[in-house]
Amino acid sequence: MAQISDLIELKMPAKPEYVGVVRLTVSGIANRLGYSYDDIEDIKIAVAEACTNVVNHAYDDKEEEQVMLLKCGVFADRLELIVADRGGPIDVDSFKNGKGPIAANQPIEELKEGGLGLFLIETLMDKVEISGDSGVVIAMTKFLQRGEVEQNGNGISKEAPNQ
Amino acid sequence: MNLQVDVREEEQEKHVLLNGEVDVYTASLLKEKLIPLAEKPNAAIIVNLSNVNYIDSTGVGIFIGALKASDKSNSSLKLIGANARVKRLFEITGLDEVMDIDSDQREEV
Repeated sequence: MAQISDLIELKMPAKPEYVGVVRLTVSGIANRLGYSYDDIEDIKIAVAEACTNVVNHAYDDKEEEQVMLLKCGVFADRLELIVADRGGPIDVDSFKNGKGPIAANQPIEELKEGGLGLFLIETLMDKVEISGDSGVVIAMTKFLQRGEVEQNGNGISKEAPNQ
Repeated sequence: MNLQVDVREEEQEKHVLLNGEVDVYTASLLKEKLIPLAEKPNAAIIVNLSNVNYIDSTGVGIFIGALKASDKSNSSLKLIGANARVKRLFEITGLDEVMDIDSDQREEV
């Protein structure tokens, strides 16, 4: 595996208005690395979903330091993004519970409005790991699709049968 | 990184034109404008997304909320003009299976 060449770290207030700033930052980094337009858009959505989770769920109003942390590991063949909060330990299994696409066979009044974020992260990124020892930590990897780079099997092609 | 929501009402037809990005920051504005329209009885709501360049699960969640509200009030909700990226997100999340989505803008006029 290639050595890490650059590490970029951001610490921001866990507020809705900064999620767009994280998106722009990550988009700039991915663009510099030569990702395709579609891959950059996928990375933007995935990182925004992770940040949205921090903003909506990580902290109670009383807590003093409400931060979201972003780490970008830049490798020759991939980008590793870690979004973390300090909202305290969570149970990863229950965190993952309820994720999935909208269930089309349900009556309209029973459709759920949440649970899509994590599903999207896992669909749009190549590798996702979640831990929750001192807060939610979502580590996600997107491989750079060049000729010489091994194609990852569970990428974008999945939703094609929907057409 | 902002959103503009313009509403034009023609009797029962409610045209909602969105400009910008729909994310966790702009979501509250969209919700504030869209949900009351969806709660009106017998309305036909048409949301034009042709100037939306970014949307994520927060936006999808709002459209589901609006769909539920419109269903209750015997109204209809339709999304038009979504670009390829936005349309793809609707496909991945399954929103296109439960909601009337038309990327053809001719409906607008």
